[in-house]
Order: sequence, then structure tokens, then C-alpha cells
Amino acid sequence: MSKLDVRAVIAKRIAQELEEGQVVNLGIGIPTLVTSFMEGKEVYLQSENGLLGMGPPPTEDQVDADLISAGKESITISSGASFFDSADSFAMIRGGHIDVAVLGILQVNTMGEIANWAVPGQPILGVGGAMDLVVGAKKVIGAATLFTKDGEPKVVKDLSYPTSGIRQIELLVTEYAVFAFENGEVIVKEIIGDLSFEELQERLSIPLRNEAISLINM
Amino acid sequence: MKNKVVQCVTELKDIFKDNQVILAGGFGLSGSPLTVIDLMAETDVKGLHIVSNNLGDHGIGLHKLFIQGQIEKAIGSFFTMNREAVVAWSEGKLEIDLIPQGTLAEALRCGGAGIGGFYTKTAVGTELAKGKEEREIDGERYIFEKAIKGDVAIIRAKTADRLGNLTYHTTARNFNPMMATAASVVIAEVDEILEVGELDPEVIVTPHVYVDYIVQTKYTKVGESYVKA
Repeated sequence: MSKLDVRAVIAKRIAQELEEGQVVNLGIGIPTLVTSFMEGKEVYLQSENGLLGMGPPPTEDQVDADLISAGKESITISSGASFFDSADSFAMIRGGHIDVAVLGILQVNTMGEIANWAVPGQPILGVGGAMDLVVGAKKVIGAATLFTKDGEPKVVKDLSYPTSGIRQIELLVTEYAVFAFENGEVIVKEIIGDLSFEELQERLSIPLRNEAISLINM
Repeated sequence: MKNKVVQCVTELKDIFKDNQVILAGGFGLSGSPLTVIDLMAETDVKGLHIVSNNLGDHGIGLHKLFIQGQIEKAIGSFFTMNREAVVAWSEGKLEIDLIPQGTLAEALRCGGAGIGGFYTKTAVGTELAKGKEEREIDGERYIFEKAIKGDVAIIRAKTADRLGNLTYHTTARNFNPMMATAASVVIAEVDEILEVGELDPEVIVTPHVYVDYIVQTKYTKVGESYVKA
């Protein structure tokens, strides 16, 4: 699979997790692709810079420099949208009013704790809303390719990247499998790529529990 | 009625002094008071502590003040996009206080509301919690975050009436309403200035009590950019 296909596979699988009518915050990267796979299911997209009801990218004559996403891309609004200030926006996030946050991740440990804001050895100068979403959303879905460019697994025993918070995420969706986390145990919920459970077990140097219902290659 | 509307932005020049804490609205360049920042860039004011989500963009907005060495410390949530700021930080030429975006917003809200600080779960157990007081509330871990206040707030709104009531436009609202409450002097840069009574009271977001000066923007939007007229 090309890099683009891999990202699409992950985004498509995440789209299946979202339910009609949910309020969803999509992080930068793979999460933003999720909107392409909603197949008519309506969710309300929250953008932490002050919008509930984000619409698709604008046509050239719809562009308004003031109207941007949290990733600073031009956007439109959907019907029923509302604007609010940053304090209200984060009250929404930290107060537990967002159903699902889909976040790109760099690493997740066996406790389901994620690292998604800083890289070791590089200056730590950007955090944005990452930590607020991690503590505040009712459900956090991590999105990532399972291995780094160097082939290192992103599911690890101990984080080597700085943690984003102590919350245990609900689900990690990768191009090979969907993972859940329970009291320090990593559970393979579903296999969606061409690695079997045994192969996954071998390539990730942590114990896995197999709860994958279907092992059919897709 | 006090006249808050200044005819020319240069009338505001003497407000800015060395070592002030400046609250600057904006997320990226959206909602950033570019005309007032240009004025600040024309002064030789230095040692500024800038509270803002980020530091402008490519020679526009706060980035200008940074390039000119007027900023001593930046307090905000996202500076990674400002490559030069990252370099300056690593060379010890710029102090950075990194705060999660929600904490920044809430700290400003508290600053304006007479609240000394608050406890939040955000950043508990992370590097950004270092040195911060922690306590348990109903079985969960929280850290204490102090309120933020400024000497001068420079904010961007859509419409003002002559009293200083403000409305905003789309996602350009962002940090502006909280910053309007949290500084000793508040300057609002706007697209349009109306007579008192012309704004529908139901749509006013920032009531006039918070606003000291109103100035017409010199910028217009062209596509995804802000261009000086």
C-alpha cells in the first residue's frame, strides 16, 4: 500500500466508529481524512478555535481569511453551526461535552497513554489543544500507522516520547489492526491488514490479547 | 460620552512602554490586530512579554515584533510554526512559556473575572505540569494554573459602536473576548465603527465597559491573506 492508501485505510476504519449525531473533534493529519468516509452519516465537527459545525473546504470565492480550522486551513460552516470564543470552546472540550476526539498519535503505551505533541531531542514549543482533548473528550480514538519510518512499533511498553496526559484512550486504529487498552493489557480487537495476530505479536515487543473476531484479510 | 475612537492609530503610540505584558488576540492571523501591531513595530518599545496563542506568521503580525527583537518572552500554546522563534529560543534569545490552549484561554478568562487561578486535569502527569501544585478532587488529579492579566490588550473585532461595544466575525473571535477583560488598557481594532444604538444588543459579545480605545483597521482580506490597504 502507498502511504496515501494506508492513511485512507485508517481514516475509513475510524469513520465506522463514529455514530450519527455525535460531536467530534478531528486532529491534524490522518484524522482530517475521516470526513471523506462518512457515507452520509452526519456528525458535528468541533474546531477548537471556536466553531461547532465545520463544513468542507471552501471554493475559491467562498474563502474568508477569518474562517479557519484549528489546523489554520480555510473552511466553511455547515447548517446549524455556531461560533464562540476560545474559553467557551475549551469549556466544551474540558467539560466533557465532546463525544469523540480523533487524534494523531506518535506513541501509545500498554496503559493506553498517548504521546502526540513533542519529539525527544527537539525543542518543545507547541502543544495547542492536544492535552485538553486528551483529558476532556468522552472517547479518544488514536490514529496512526503502526510503525515509524524506521520500522519501530508505535505501541510500546513505555513511552519514549513525552506523554500527553495520564488518560487511557479507548481505541487505536492502525492500518494493520484496531487496538483497545484494558488495565495494562493491549487487546487486538480487529485485524484489518495483512499481518496475522501471530505476526503482530512478533513485531510488537509487548504481550497482546487476541479478541479479533474476523481474521479475513481485507 | 467619552470618545474612545481614535482618528489615527499613531495617537495610541504612548500607551506602549518597555517590559509591558501585552495580550494579543488571534489564532494564526485570524483575529489578530495587525494595524496596532504595525504601530508597535514602529516604536522602539522592547522587552515585551506577549501573551498570544502563537507569534503571527512570516513577517506579519506579532512575527514582526519578534524579528525586530522587541519580544523578551512569549506566553502561548503553539510556537512550532515560527521556525525563527524556535531557533531564538534554543539560543536563549527568547523565553517561551508553553501553555495548553485551553489553559491559556481559561487563565485569561480568570484574569478578567477577578479569579486568582483554577485547577484543571489538562497536562497532569506531563512535562507542562512541572513545578505546578497538584491536588486530588473527587478522586482525580488536578494541577493549579494561575490567572493571566496584562498591561495592554490589543484585540480584533468586526464592529464597534462609539461606546466600545463589540461584535466579532466567525473564528476571528478566538481569544479576543477574554483578552478584552484581562488588561488595564484595551485597544480594539475593528472593520467598522457605528453610532451608539446601531448594534443589536443581542449580538454584542464584548460590552463597552471593557474597551478603552477603538481604531479602524488598515487591513482588508484578499483570499486567504490580510493585506494592508
